[in-house]
Amino acid sequence: MVFLELVDIAKRYPGVVALDRVTLSVAPGEVIGLIGENGAGKSTLMKVLGGVIEPSAGAIRVDGVERKPFTVGDAIKAGIAFVHQELNVFDNLDAAANVFIGREPLAGGFLRLIDRKRLYAAVKPLLDRLGVDFAPDTLVAEMSLAQRQLLEIAKALSLSARLVIMDEPTSSLTLSETERLMRVIDGLKKQGVSVIFISHRLNEVQTCADRVVVLRDGRMVGELDRSAVTHDAMIRLMIGRELKALYIPPASERPNGTTLEIEGVRTTAYPDRVVSLEVCGGEILGLAGLVGSGRTELARAVFGIDPLRSGGLKMNGEPIEIHGPREAIDRGIFLVPEDRKRAGLLLDSSIARNISLPDLRSYARGLLVRNQAELDNAARQKKRLNIKAPSVKAEVGTLSGGNQQKVVLAKWLSMRPKVIIFDEPTRGIDVGAKHEIYEIMRALANSGVAVLMISSDMEEVIGVSDRIAVMQEGRISGFLDRPEFSEHNVLRLAVGMRPGP
Amino acid sequence: MFKKDLGLLVLIIVIGTAVALINERFLLPGNLSNTANQVGLFGLFSIGEAFVIITGGIELSVGSLIALLGAIFIDLIVNHNVNWMLAVAIIVAGGCVLGAIHGLLITRMHLQPFVVTLCGLLIYRGIARYYTQDATAGFGFGVSFPTLEWLTAGRSEILSPFARLVGYYGPTIALPHSLIALIIVAIIAGVVLHRSIFGRYLFAVGKNEEAARYSGINSDRIVVSAYVICSGLAAVAAIFIAMYTRSISPAVHGSFYELYAIAAAVLGGCSLRGGEGSILGVVLGTILLQVLQNLVNLLGIPSSLNFAVMGTVILIGVLADQQFMRYRQRAASERGRVRAGSPAPEAAE
Repeated sequence: MVFLELVDIAKRYPGVVALDRVTLSVAPGEVIGLIGENGAGKSTLMKVLGGVIEPSAGAIRVDGVERKPFTVGDAIKAGIAFVHQELNVFDNLDAAANVFIGREPLAGGFLRLIDRKRLYAAVKPLLDRLGVDFAPDTLVAEMSLAQRQLLEIAKALSLSARLVIMDEPTSSLTLSETERLMRVIDGLKKQGVSVIFISHRLNEVQTCADRVVVLRDGRMVGELDRSAVTHDAMIRLMIGRELKALYIPPASERPNGTTLEIEGVRTTAYPDRVVSLEVCGGEILGLAGLVGSGRTELARAVFGIDPLRSGGLKMNGEPIEIHGPREAIDRGIFLVPEDRKRAGLLLDSSIARNISLPDLRSYARGLLVRNQAELDNAARQKKRLNIKAPSVKAEVGTLSGGNQQKVVLAKWLSMRPKVIIFDEPTRGIDVGAKHEIYEIMRALANSGVAVLMISSDMEEVIGVSDRIAVMQEGRISGFLDRPEFSEHNVLRLAVGMRPGP
Repeated sequence: MFKKDLGLLVLIIVIGTAVALINERFLLPGNLSNTANQVGLFGLFSIGEAFVIITGGIELSVGSLIALLGAIFIDLIVNHNVNWMLAVAIIVAGGCVLGAIHGLLITRMHLQPFVVTLCGLLIYRGIARYYTQDATAGFGFGVSFPTLEWLTAGRSEILSPFARLVGYYGPTIALPHSLIALIIVAIIAGVVLHRSIFGRYLFAVGKNEEAARYSGINSDRIVVSAYVICSGLAAVAAIFIAMYTRSISPAVHGSFYELYAIAAAVLGGCSLRGGEGSILGVVLGTILLQVLQNLVNLLGIPSSLNFAVMGTVILIGVLADQQFMRYRQRAASERGRVRAGSPAPEAAE
């Protein structure tokens, strides 16, 4: 008994195949886990299901009847409802008003007043069905994220949804809230409502899904039955190969590299805290700490974006003065910024023009830029870093996050780096590209570059670094060498405690 | 970029042909020569405006600056007997200094370009009127500067040798020297903007100032330079315009010129958000505006409707351009559908 069928759905954009003959059927009361790396086509598939985009080929059948075109209205009529990552609720209204927004029971004739009594009466059973812990007249502003999510599910039920699609529903939930959501999903299932559960958290997918569908590069690469769902199996399908260990040991010979010393530096964020730090050529120093501990500000100060309040920098023991990014760049100190779209790239310029920007003088004869030299170098970098794009003239904004980050790296790798600071280098980047970036970092270190990696991703800090420095409220609270690496120790330092035994 | 310019050229030809068919006087050498002169004068400062708009700024004081500097120029050479070459140098330097002040107020004091240059618009107009005591400044009877006049307001039949080469011996269009000046300035500006390092920096700052800074570009210096170039070219234009009109009524001289400049830049493909535009586009935009002006005169449309006609055509032009872009995007995605799997066509620069 299948109520919704997608047959050979394809979606093509110029140069990109977002979906390639995806076939998916949904039976009532079935929970389907949908997983895949960023850019695998999950959101495109969901947009097709919601009627937001029209597939280039393929058929959508509801209860055996083909619907073409399949519009947003058709999706709602078919009983498909979404619970989005960014919740679409109105803070200033109460729970009941949100559930029936736009469909309020009316009274008072032409005055079109809202009939609150009927409204609450209609919402109450929906909330009961989900077993929620808030009343219909609770203001959304006072509700937790988890409660708001349940409210969205209630809204879906009020539209007599037969399929609820949840996109990363647990990304901001606590453990107990997640458990409750799992129970709600179980309840929906018993009432014959199907769920498509999209998540990067494989534990949860394993817990709740009857069946797991894996997308990769727009194709359905596998389907796992409940009995076959394991972490290894899911990861293998998602990346198409065995996951390599993160840590790449340094070359046995320590290269002669540049050492950067940060001595007694005060930044504008924490003017009363002093930071001293040394990064040696050949090593990857992880800089861990909680968000707001002053790591990005330290990086900005070293790169010359913000002035130093006190202290100074030394390269190979020689004191240096840096008054702006230009001076830092001329000395071979580069920064891969945290927010690549805002600070790293010109999104509507080509790959080639982004790569050459900090070093245009090397591509110029006199004052005029030689386009060919620029394109040649871009092509070399594209190949070396495996940047996936139709050509080096493609606009950077059209690339995926991982490829955009590689363009930022290509900028600096085209020059002669001595010290590179990576600020959250793999945020929002899929697993495959992440690993490539780690390899690039290691190759840089092996060639004698001092690498400072700011990261809030514990797995990354512990997995990639040779040494870890931890910041806490604007100061360095401690250093860890590889034998001492543990999540526990990093966290203790991050909150200002001594590392454990 | 190129396709956009081509579209504008087609529009100019279509409108020009239509006007010529309705009123053949449009093609008379005298009329064409006059229109060319207008294009030269307006093009000079429109190119300057484009530099500012590409950085994401706006310059509203162009018209007032033209009045003030023009009045001072005439005063210098007529009443103070300053050598005209020195006077030209003083005026251009003065324009550059005022531009630098605008730029510094915007970058150092973090004021909005609109506000700074709006104040400039008011201040320079006021000073021009005070400086001339609201009287018309002009050349007295018998005062003449033959070289300067020939250079700025003269016209040369430099096309006739070429015409003779192809066996045409009739009258040719006398090319106004303002147009020749525009051609020279446009070529230099085009090379600077589209080929030089500085041009790349200008676009980079306009597209994303923060990313430009993180790439080691001194974005403040680039922005100040753009305002210096804009006001410097406005000063050059001020001299040409003063020599062409030969008299300056400080209350109205050059008024609304900044809007002509902005209109030409926008028609020519500049985005007011910054980071886009081409010199060829700005020149074509200027030509279109002047052809429209000419159209109003030749077709017997009441000249009071002048601005209304221009506004309507700009609006239609921008709308058509947007629709055309959408059509092209759709066509591109259709193509993508047909040859899915094969690499995409190279993205247009």
